[in-house]
Amino acid sequence: MSTKRKIRIVVAKPGLDSHDRGAKVIARAFRDAGMEVIYTGLWQTPEQIVETALQEDADVVALSILSGAHMTLFPKITKLMKQKGLNDILVLGGGVIPDEDIPALKKIGIAEVFGPDTPTNTIIKFIKKHTQKT
Amino acid sequence: MNQIKQLVNGVLKGNHRSIAKTITLIENNPTEAQKAVSKLYPHTGKAHIIGITGPTGSGKSTLIKRLVEELRKKRKRVGIIAVDPSSPFTGGAFLGDRIRMQKLSTDKEVFIRSMATRNSPGGLARATRDAVKVLDASGKDVVIVETVGAGQSEVDIIKIAHTVVVVLAPGLGDDIQAIKAGMMEIGDIFVVNKADRENADEAVIDIETMLNLSSEKEKWKPPVIKTTAAKGEGTTELLNHINQHMKCLKKESFDTQRRQKAETELVEAIKQKTTDSIIDELRRKGELEKLVEKILAKETDPYSAADTLLEERLKGFKTHR
Repeated sequence: MSTKRKIRIVVAKPGLDSHDRGAKVIARAFRDAGMEVIYTGLWQTPEQIVETALQEDADVVALSILSGAHMTLFPKITKLMKQKGLNDILVLGGGVIPDEDIPALKKIGIAEVFGPDTPTNTIIKFIKKHTQKT
Repeated sequence: MNQIKQLVNGVLKGNHRSIAKTITLIENNPTEAQKAVSKLYPHTGKAHIIGITGPTGSGKSTLIKRLVEELRKKRKRVGIIAVDPSSPFTGGAFLGDRIRMQKLSTDKEVFIRSMATRNSPGGLARATRDAVKVLDASGKDVVIVETVGAGQSEVDIIKIAHTVVVVLAPGLGDDIQAIKAGMMEIGDIFVVNKADRENADEAVIDIETMLNLSSEKEKWKPPVIKTTAAKGEGTTELLNHINQHMKCLKKESFDTQRRQKAETELVEAIKQKTTDSIIDELRRKGELEKLVEKILAKETDPYSAADTLLEERLKGFKTHR
């Protein structure tokens, strides 16, 4: 007998960024969509985020950043994930991320970037589509 | 089976990834997970299991963080399971206990896992109990289980623990008087956290009064202590009481407790497997449906139907009538 799987998603705030309203709104939306949301809180280091994803066996990691440090922090995070063998996790970016940075971010392992004003439904649909497992 | 062997070996080595994957298996596929849990079972029994419960807002997570800091000073390895409710409507959950403990995330000897209740009566207690076993078998010296203690399931989880700590705080809406009777009975240690607030001393007196009025716990008199977890005050004292409780248990009733737990788990396992297998089969064969029709036509009632069914199914078996 197997119970229905839940999507487990870590919502993380890397770096020195104190703006968490957006992250909390998204976290609530994910919960309302039936997911189990682990919210890390503010000022997370890449090590803390990756270790959280590992211990919580997360399906998705959603990185929210408004401080502009995404080009430094996101690659550190995805690199650390690879080192720890966390190859099946969907990594998303959100917050204030200029469009021109998105291709570079996708190259280092960010599946998609969702800017402010993205309808939460769009993000949820994306997640559900990309976490479908047999 | 290979995957199970790999997971089990990883858990026994204390590998965090294996622990995480095994707990996920326990949550999603209890039948498969049983294979792993059975293999790990002989390696359990060494950890001190501490249950931390109390109303939302009493500061449990912060207190746990302080406790773990103390334990780490003594080089103890710690596992933490933080349980939060799933929404009965959406099935989702916001698991925010980790926020207070995040500094511990990168400590290699600490493992933190957030679990949602998933609205499965009885299922939660089983999943949490098995997750505790995994952490125990992986070599953690202390396993802390945190719940809100609101529903029966959560009270059941707390019974997994050797030592139950009930955490309260002054001015949490209702009077201390309003705490559920259940909490008074299960607590081995009572904590008034946020003791820097007004009415902390009154809260201590209220609890002590209630403890004196309720039934006597044999050899252990639950202490009531004050802490201010935000400032790190009172944690050393709390840990001392926790250790003392374990000492007392070991002297007096450890074997009785172990025996009771083993029996409870066995009975629950039998109940669950009997129910699952019988009901699954009845559904498949359409027999459940047939009986429902008979009940609706008043040809029988649910109890009589169940009696007849079981006696037919289990030859020579007589149910309670």
